[in-house]
Amino acid sequence: MTAAALGRRMVSESATEGLLLRADGVTKRFGGLVAVHDIDFTIPAGSIVSLIGPNGAGKTTFFNIIAGIYDPTAGVVIFNGREMIARSRRAWLEPFLWFLPGFIGLLLAVVAASNGAPDGEIFIIAGITLVALMSTLVIGVARPVSYQQALPRIGIFRSGRPNDMVEAGLGRTFQNIRLFQNMSALENVLVGMHTKLHSTWLDAMFSTPRDRREEKEAAEAARGYLRLVGLRGKDGELAKNLPYGDQRRLEIARALGSKPKLLLLDEPTAGMNPRETQEMIALINRLRNDLGLTVLLIEHDMKVVMSISDRVTVLDHGEKIAEGSPAEVRANPKVIEAYLGAPAE
Amino acid sequence: MSATPVVEADKSAKAPNGARVGAAWRKRISDFAHAHRSWTIVISMAIGSVLLYVWSAFPPFSFVQSQNTWISGFVNAGVFILLALGLNIVVGFAGLLDLGYAAFFAFGAYLYAFGASPFSHLHLPFLLLLVAGAVVAAVFGIALGAPTLRLRGDYLAIVTLGFGEIVPIVFLNAEKYTQGTNGIGGVDRPNIFGFQFPGIDQTAYYVLMAIVVAIVLILVYRLLDSRIGRAWAAIREDELAAAANGINTVTTKLAAFALGATTAGFAGVLNASKLTIVDPTQFQFQVSFVVLAMIVLGGMGNPFGVAVGAFILYNIQAVLLKQLNATFENLQVPILQDIDFVKFQFLLFGIALVLMMMFRPEGLIPSQRRRRELHAADAESSEDLALIAPDAGEVSL
Repeated sequence: MTAAALGRRMVSESATEGLLLRADGVTKRFGGLVAVHDIDFTIPAGSIVSLIGPNGAGKTTFFNIIAGIYDPTAGVVIFNGREMIARSRRAWLEPFLWFLPGFIGLLLAVVAASNGAPDGEIFIIAGITLVALMSTLVIGVARPVSYQQALPRIGIFRSGRPNDMVEAGLGRTFQNIRLFQNMSALENVLVGMHTKLHSTWLDAMFSTPRDRREEKEAAEAARGYLRLVGLRGKDGELAKNLPYGDQRRLEIARALGSKPKLLLLDEPTAGMNPRETQEMIALINRLRNDLGLTVLLIEHDMKVVMSISDRVTVLDHGEKIAEGSPAEVRANPKVIEAYLGAPAE
Repeated sequence: MSATPVVEADKSAKAPNGARVGAAWRKRISDFAHAHRSWTIVISMAIGSVLLYVWSAFPPFSFVQSQNTWISGFVNAGVFILLALGLNIVVGFAGLLDLGYAAFFAFGAYLYAFGASPFSHLHLPFLLLLVAGAVVAAVFGIALGAPTLRLRGDYLAIVTLGFGEIVPIVFLNAEKYTQGTNGIGGVDRPNIFGFQFPGIDQTAYYVLMAIVVAIVLILVYRLLDSRIGRAWAAIREDELAAAANGINTVTTKLAAFALGATTAGFAGVLNASKLTIVDPTQFQFQVSFVVLAMIVLGGMGNPFGVAVGAFILYNIQAVLLKQLNATFENLQVPILQDIDFVKFQFLLFGIALVLMMMFRPEGLIPSQRRRRELHAADAESSEDLALIAPDAGEVSL
């Protein structure tokens, strides 16, 4: 796995020991609206942590920051020991960097032409410039690890994008299910396994042994994930034709395809009946106990939250108002107030 | 004709029992087609092109024009099939609207004209230039794609449209190197392993084109079912969800752009070597537009449908409309004999496209997935799921 090593900032060992994810002072503003304000948050490895709060509390925004969809306005997220998410610094300079060889080459060509150089020389300069420009463009877009490590050294930092986070070991589901509706269940899981497969377009074109072996093994593994979440024998079904509960489960199977360390589940039992909810709780427990996954859960169903969480964090109006074990949180007067309103005088 | 080079290019499939396939009943053929797609393409391309070649010498084809004219037209159609297959990677697979595709066609053609013509005093080998043309087109595909692929939908279409307009104008104005409007003439005809392509008899071009189309079809189908093909489909359906599953959307889209441009580069070299002249008017916007129309007509996302669409549309444009003119003139049909149908081809294309969009937006021979996407809205509103069920292929729309 080519994990993206983004951060250069030293992270002290003791501060992150046993923690899979640590968020420090994460803030997100949308114009004048402060969606998330100064949240410190930790997820110990191997635990199930829940994030709860009334509607509009900023849970999903916080979730999306961790998943790399939003750039935070302030704060840092250290994932798996690396600084992955932070406010991008001078990221706008990056594209200029790619065009640098082009500018230099153009300058050289102009200087050469004004000094009466023959056409041949100018052609050679133009050719070399073109090749250099192509190379920097391709490197800049593909972002190999060494390039990502080199950037912060010259003061440019780009917050991790969703795909960087997946490479680093994060898998997620969406609040409103976002499956690839017109693909089969199996194909959905195969897309989820994208980062774990390595055959390139060249392998595919020439149907190399590596490609054929990998495709076969991938399909086998994908069926395994489907069985794991209880979708045995449904690999050929189109995602949109599956019942609602199965779609939720398929989304989890797809997220598992990237072999994540941390699984973010956004309201996994929303809209489910009690029996499906029980099955989902059992599945989440199984993922933690059998696969050793760490789970971060957003959930409205208090029964679910209280029964499976090791720790619960409560957000309200973008601020963290309580944190602790389920029993502590349940007894916290601030939490009761946030959910039920302040007591009438 | 010989399909041996194709057979060599295809290392994956096991040797089939040709005689058995010929005699096999329908189910066995379809099973075979399923299991050995590359071989199916080779065999059907071979049978199809031999049939077309022979049949074009007999009625009703022979009433219209001579066999050699037909064959020459089929070769031109092959160029458009290649263009359509390449653009289908960008538009059909990855869902990126590219309106400047003719630019990559131009790079291939001009590269061949530079590499093998009296104008440049260079006479490099054809096969080398075929590869070089594809590579140069791919490089420009990346050059266009890298800065623009962060754009979406309409904005990408506008940028590619601009690029498609700029490239022919650059070739037009760089007179010193391209002879401007006159174009570069007298381009070498191909010479492959000592076999010099004759000027009048088009059979050699026909064979070459059939082989290239078969190879490109095989490669494109393989891409469709691969890791990158799934990634393209995922991006087309839901870009955010694709990124949240670890797909680097920028590089994946860039790969589509580069591969599409590569195919256009092949087409450009082949076209230049057949016409033996390259000039900027060959690469105007209408080429991009016609190729896009071919894809929409044939069935976006399905390489076979796209190839058929390109073939049909080219022949309508180049043969049918001219024949209509001649027929009505000969028969002295009032009013119709005064209409020049060739002039109205874009009007007819436009009407055809509007009708297609209204009644069969997925194209003549659609890809299953595209059809499901296009009819998702209908199914949700009418609750008529039978319409989009995979087995309900016969439902008329």
